[in-house]
Amino acid sequence: MRRQFPLIITFFIGTLIVISEFIPHKPFGNLSDTFYGWFLIISGFAIILGQLNLFKVNLIKISRKSPNWRYYIIALVSFIIMVLFGLLWGTQKHPGLLTNTQPLIDFLGRKPFDYLFKYFFENLSATMFSLLAFFVASASYRAFRARSPESTLLLTSAVLVMLGRTTIGTWITGWVPESLTYLHLPNIANFIMEYLNTAAQRAIMICAGLGVVGSSLRIILGIERSYLGGK
Amino acid sequence: MKTLNILTKIDRRIIFLLIFFGVAVPLLVTINFKLGVTKNVRKVYNMVEETQENSKVVISYDYGPSTKPEIQPMAIALLNHAFRKKLRVICVALWPMGVQMCNEALETTLQHFPDLKYGKDYVNLGYKTGGQVTINHMAKNFRSTFPTDEGGTPIDELPILNGINNFNKIAFIIGLSAGDPGIKQWVQVAHDSYGKPVAGGSTAVQVPFLLPYVNKQQQLTGLIGGLKGAAEYEKLINLPGFATKGMDAQSIAHLIIILFIIIGNIGYFASKKQKGKIKS
Repeated sequence: MRRQFPLIITFFIGTLIVISEFIPHKPFGNLSDTFYGWFLIISGFAIILGQLNLFKVNLIKISRKSPNWRYYIIALVSFIIMVLFGLLWGTQKHPGLLTNTQPLIDFLGRKPFDYLFKYFFENLSATMFSLLAFFVASASYRAFRARSPESTLLLTSAVLVMLGRTTIGTWITGWVPESLTYLHLPNIANFIMEYLNTAAQRAIMICAGLGVVGSSLRIILGIERSYLGGK
Repeated sequence: MKTLNILTKIDRRIIFLLIFFGVAVPLLVTINFKLGVTKNVRKVYNMVEETQENSKVVISYDYGPSTKPEIQPMAIALLNHAFRKKLRVICVALWPMGVQMCNEALETTLQHFPDLKYGKDYVNLGYKTGGQVTINHMAKNFRSTFPTDEGGTPIDELPILNGINNFNKIAFIIGLSAGDPGIKQWVQVAHDSYGKPVAGGSTAVQVPFLLPYVNKQQQLTGLIGGLKGAAEYEKLINLPGFATKGMDAQSIAHLIIILFIIIGNIGYFASKKQKGKIKS
């Protein structure tokens, strides 16, 4: 019964949501609305669960002195600082537990949580993401080789799109007369993106959509049970 | 030929160094490469331009600080355009840190519009978890999805939200997104199920996945793609900002990457030729 009860709930809710998409009237419409509301509430709790899990995973790694365990201390300390600052002094539009925040706001220019978010977290996040540019450059140099007709095709289209999607493309082919606009690099890049890329993407999307329908049906009908923790 | 072989073995640190200077120098010294405007960006511009004054529009901030350099310029440009056209902007976020992104974009934009009032001309409803389900719930019951704004003010006290019970009185939705949930979910629910015009702004990496939605059915009315798209929008509204400046850096970085691809291939063919000679 421990496994059958969740399967019954899944079947009931899943079928009802599907029916309500086709018959959005009473009682199906109202019930699906209620379930959507429940979903939002449960999702909120999932955030708390995620934070607790983050805490637990980091603590375990530190206590076991896993490789690079010192980084986990930094992650945990940063997490605690942000939570504490948020709780004590609040955020831009939310008051914290401490009432006398003005002197600190005057000193930092904003509340401590917002200060850390804007001047530390944002810049660190953007830096991490920007580092990709260096690796992309190095990987492109090593991987984009005209080894076969397929790779040559990929290489050529990549170079054309890269040129067309920057101002360099406009600069290089800007002199080409209006009657030959299809030779402008931005237009060539657009052609590749809008026709060749889109055709391939649509095929992937249709297949993925069919896959989603298939796996959803398997879950609703109780064939796929891995979400219950089984195999 | 042997010397050409070296071209396949360039130390990655040299590439890193060149990319660093390629990005840093144009940020310090303005080059101002000529920039054209692509039709997908123009479509978004036209949608905002052709919307009637005082219409209420939704801008969704579905990104975080990691993609802020790419998406924030388009958020600022769009807000500027919307406020110039006297549109009323309702901000929401499907990503937790989208709330701060929205506040910062508003902070920058409102410097040009000091007379606009919070709650009347614009509002930030904050973050709601749930992605696609949240959008679906908004479409059916906007007020119960967002009973208060980001600061906890009940929406009944915010004039901008008077009469907003679902998407009916929303002129259009713009999703600024760096992944899921984002533009795809807005298209699938707000446009496909409720017929609302949806436009988007995304990171350049996401553009190939989203382009199929810019079609004859106008699932996406238009798409602002990456920093270039943001720069094009800045050009259209005649307000050069970070994106316009950043485009020089991005262009030079792309050029360096292309040069290294060419160098790598010259080296590859040279070594291939040499191997062929040794075999023969």
